[in-house]
Amino acid sequence: MIAYIVRRLLYAVPILIGVNLLTFALFFFVNSPDDMARIHLGMKRVTPEAIAKWKEDRGYDKPLLYNSRAAGADKFTDTIFFRHSVRLFVFDFGRSDQGRNIGRDIMSRMWPSLAIALPTFLVGILVNITFAMLLAFFRGSYLDTWGVVVAVIMMSISTLFYVIGGQYLVSKLLHLVPISGYDTGVEAIKFIILPVIIGVIGGIGSSTRLYRTFFLEEINKDYVRTARAKGLSELRVLFHHVLKNAMIPILTGVVVIIPLLFIGSLIMESFFGIPGLGSYTIDAINSQDFAIVRAMVFLGSVLYIIGLILTDISYTVVDPRVRLN
Amino acid sequence: MKYDIRTTELRKMIRSYLFYVVLLSALAIFPVHAPAAWNNPYPASEEGKNILYASFRERPKHLDPARSYSSNEYEFIAQIYEPPFQYHYLKRPYTLVPLTAVSIPTPVYLDQNGRKLSPKASATDIAYSIYEIRIRPGIYYQPHPAFAKDAEGRYLYHALSERDLSKIYTVADFPRTGTRELVAADYVYQIKRLAHPKLHSPILSLMADYIVGLKAYAETLDRAYKKLADGREDGVYLDLTRYPLAGAEVVDRYTYRVKIYGKYPQLLYWMAMPFFAPMAPEVDRFFSQPGMARKNLTLHWYPVGTGPYMLTMNDPNRRMVLERNPNYHEEHYPSEGEAEDRRRGLLADAGKRLPFIDKVIFSLEKESIPYWNKFLQGYYDRSGVLSESFDQAVRFSGSGDTEVTEAMKKKGITLLTSVAASTYYMGFNMLDPVVGGYSERARKLRQAISIAVDYEEQISIFRNGRGIAAQGPLPPGIFGHREGRAGINPYVYDWVNGKPKRKPISYARKLLAEAGYPDGRDARTGKPLLLYFETPATGPEEKAQLDWMAKQFKKLNIQLVVRATDYNRFQEKMRKGNAQIFVWGWNADYPDPENFLFLLHGPNKKVGNNGENAANYDNPEYNRLFERMKNMDNGPERLAIIDQMVDILRRDAPWVWGIHPKNFTLQHAWVYNAKPHVMANNTLKYLRLDPELRSQKRTAWNRPVVWPIGLLAVVLVASAFPAVLAYIRRERRVQRRGSDREDGR
Repeated sequence: MIAYIVRRLLYAVPILIGVNLLTFALFFFVNSPDDMARIHLGMKRVTPEAIAKWKEDRGYDKPLLYNSRAAGADKFTDTIFFRHSVRLFVFDFGRSDQGRNIGRDIMSRMWPSLAIALPTFLVGILVNITFAMLLAFFRGSYLDTWGVVVAVIMMSISTLFYVIGGQYLVSKLLHLVPISGYDTGVEAIKFIILPVIIGVIGGIGSSTRLYRTFFLEEINKDYVRTARAKGLSELRVLFHHVLKNAMIPILTGVVVIIPLLFIGSLIMESFFGIPGLGSYTIDAINSQDFAIVRAMVFLGSVLYIIGLILTDISYTVVDPRVRLN
Repeated sequence: MKYDIRTTELRKMIRSYLFYVVLLSALAIFPVHAPAAWNNPYPASEEGKNILYASFRERPKHLDPARSYSSNEYEFIAQIYEPPFQYHYLKRPYTLVPLTAVSIPTPVYLDQNGRKLSPKASATDIAYSIYEIRIRPGIYYQPHPAFAKDAEGRYLYHALSERDLSKIYTVADFPRTGTRELVAADYVYQIKRLAHPKLHSPILSLMADYIVGLKAYAETLDRAYKKLADGREDGVYLDLTRYPLAGAEVVDRYTYRVKIYGKYPQLLYWMAMPFFAPMAPEVDRFFSQPGMARKNLTLHWYPVGTGPYMLTMNDPNRRMVLERNPNYHEEHYPSEGEAEDRRRGLLADAGKRLPFIDKVIFSLEKESIPYWNKFLQGYYDRSGVLSESFDQAVRFSGSGDTEVTEAMKKKGITLLTSVAASTYYMGFNMLDPVVGGYSERARKLRQAISIAVDYEEQISIFRNGRGIAAQGPLPPGIFGHREGRAGINPYVYDWVNGKPKRKPISYARKLLAEAGYPDGRDARTGKPLLLYFETPATGPEEKAQLDWMAKQFKKLNIQLVVRATDYNRFQEKMRKGNAQIFVWGWNADYPDPENFLFLLHGPNKKVGNNGENAANYDNPEYNRLFERMKNMDNGPERLAIIDQMVDILRRDAPWVWGIHPKNFTLQHAWVYNAKPHVMANNTLKYLRLDPELRSQKRTAWNRPVVWPIGLLAVVLVASAFPAVLAYIRRERRVQRRGSDREDGR
């Protein structure tokens, strides 16, 4: 397995270079270093000298990818791409275009993102599996039919509706939790409740439908019939046999998400005023801070790759037949 | 063996089921009354304290006074840094008064040979102006580790090692603090910082034209910094005290002198802005130590001043907290103001020591819906009026005045309005061959469009009445702005029944025909007149405004092509002069007509000169008058010149004089002493609160309503009942089938 993981990690290097190159190309396709300087220096009284100085200070006065004036390897290394991208591979994210240490910002903003994403993820899985099992148990009944209809309706509704509706009902009308904001320590709990509830409710429709399909696929297999023939109750059959085997496809979708929980949710964090990494990325895009955008895309790619590797590893855990070669 | 489910499992399940139904019903019937509001976003320990709650939408980029230039940055640093002068809080028109200075200095004028000139000397004779500013002794900086010293008088934290910094994450982590008296040298140091190569002060190029030697000083510092840094990015401290600047000198401990080229009375206004606030060199040195920037410990994020408040928490991703500076010098609430101020209760606190509020908590609030709801729940003390909640908050009375709605009145919310010292206009590129130029044909075309674009309608539809249609470049409150009949633009308006009335569209069509475009067609070619409107507004919410704009041109049968592009491309078009018609705006730096009229000064053109004259207007007569007017003191002579300049502008019509926006602010009944001030930013110190009233209202407005939770639970459990029964029946059927098989039946 170790050889497999090492191989996958080595495959990740060209993928990350490609992602970096793509981010770089897309960013500089719509923004020139001059545009970035103007955004950062403000609207009023910006002189060409100030723009030149800003670019020089941050290394944006170099050519983008190829420096024809340089000699030897400098033709490639004395460029914006090389200077701003290579350090990422040792997880040195450098400074933002506003001068802040990106690594430190990521460290501090990661926790609020996790505070929302982790409970949403865990409670969501629990609720979705429960509902899916309930529908599978009552398969073919009116409960199953209406459950699927409700799930389709729920997955058709925009997350924004749940957010605004939840804020209106729970915070504005019922006065049960703060409408938005964040705090540290125990005080954080009152701010987390509503986003987590909304996150869970928002995910019920699609996940329940998907998991129900997984359960139904398993429920008609021979081993289930055998278990029933042994006289086991339907609940026992479901929990002890069907659930275990249906976990393999569920894991496929779930484990890959785990590392991405650090990245946070753009909509949730923005509407609930959560100072996480989701809003960090959005702010950076709006302020054309390439250093942060590049760092966050890189981090997202790394976490996604880790998620895929973890998914492969988890297969071997839940299904002994799977071997990583 | 038979399994009798009826007597065991079913009964147990039904019993427990009924228990939960009864319990949840009880919860639903007897709602729990919490002692405090559950939806309070602040800790219970803050309840009843003298804290003002405000919000910020966008995190400030810079809090360094040499660099900050945005209103969202000034909201913080204006409470912390103290320039020598400030605006009087209550008096109108806006008046400068001393803050840390003893008095407003009268400049001494010198000729080319250094001889003193009379105060009434002509601006052309004045080679230099000298401002000598004396500050008050006994003013101290806020407590800060940069000032902390040991018993021998050595700075405690000016030689920090990596190890020392290992457990430091914010400035509050330093265990010791110190202070020191404000001296004149701190002001001089800050003026020098405007030229620091790493600070990118936005006013460097402007000030380099005035402050003697500042341009060369910037070059000297640039060379010195490069030599000192030698490629390093971190831990480089350029000691500005070692580099003298001819235009800013210390006279004695409490006096400094600023020497500028020529006459520039507006310098005093600049000296009321944070750019000219004092900076202690030891603070600069403290933050320049190696490793500090890596921990985001910089002057950009941790301002240090002598003002009424100090920034004690700077988490721009969540919360910024200003707390009362314990070392704040004696300053009192003004005892004079406008005639109406006493009636409004704005002089009730006259002579009392400032500031009134202990702490100001700014919370990050990006979305308008949560922000507005929190204000209504009493969790923000003041609020702007948002477009989406305008009708809920404000209504127009029969006389056309604005007032709060009945719902707001019931809550004790009041409305404050003020016309901003800003202008938003539609500009014509004067370099454009169709709409630009100074021929009579081009003038008439622009005048016709000026009549057709009905800004009164725009204000009514898109701004909920929050603005006034502009008659020229000068907004109300700025010297040179005229009210009433004398103030209307005669090329666009008539004076009818005591108020301005936009000229009829038939008159605009007549002008258009005279311009060579009868019925919107080019008389020479017969082709329809096609104009291009450049805009960075690409979102769906702006679509209605763009459609409205096209409709205005349609009144003249002119086809308007909207060229929406991204912000960067739009800016590029403006710089290169490729835009034909566009919308632009300006917020005043200071309340002087020069700060608006320079927007149309020829040498300040955007194309070629990269100035703020976006229309690239260049009228020699106007330029000549501007040069005369800009350095004059306010008086009849200056007013006469301004009148001439405004008349030239109205005739040439390089802008469609758009709107001067109106600021609407709502505040709760527990906020006192608020008076809109469009120039001053350091106004938090004047506000007073009644925290007791706030606590009462918050509790009354935010009682938790619990019964729907119980009801929901009951409904859920009740709706699950058929499912439970179905499960039991199914299990029973299975059991029976199994038993039957066992019995061989």
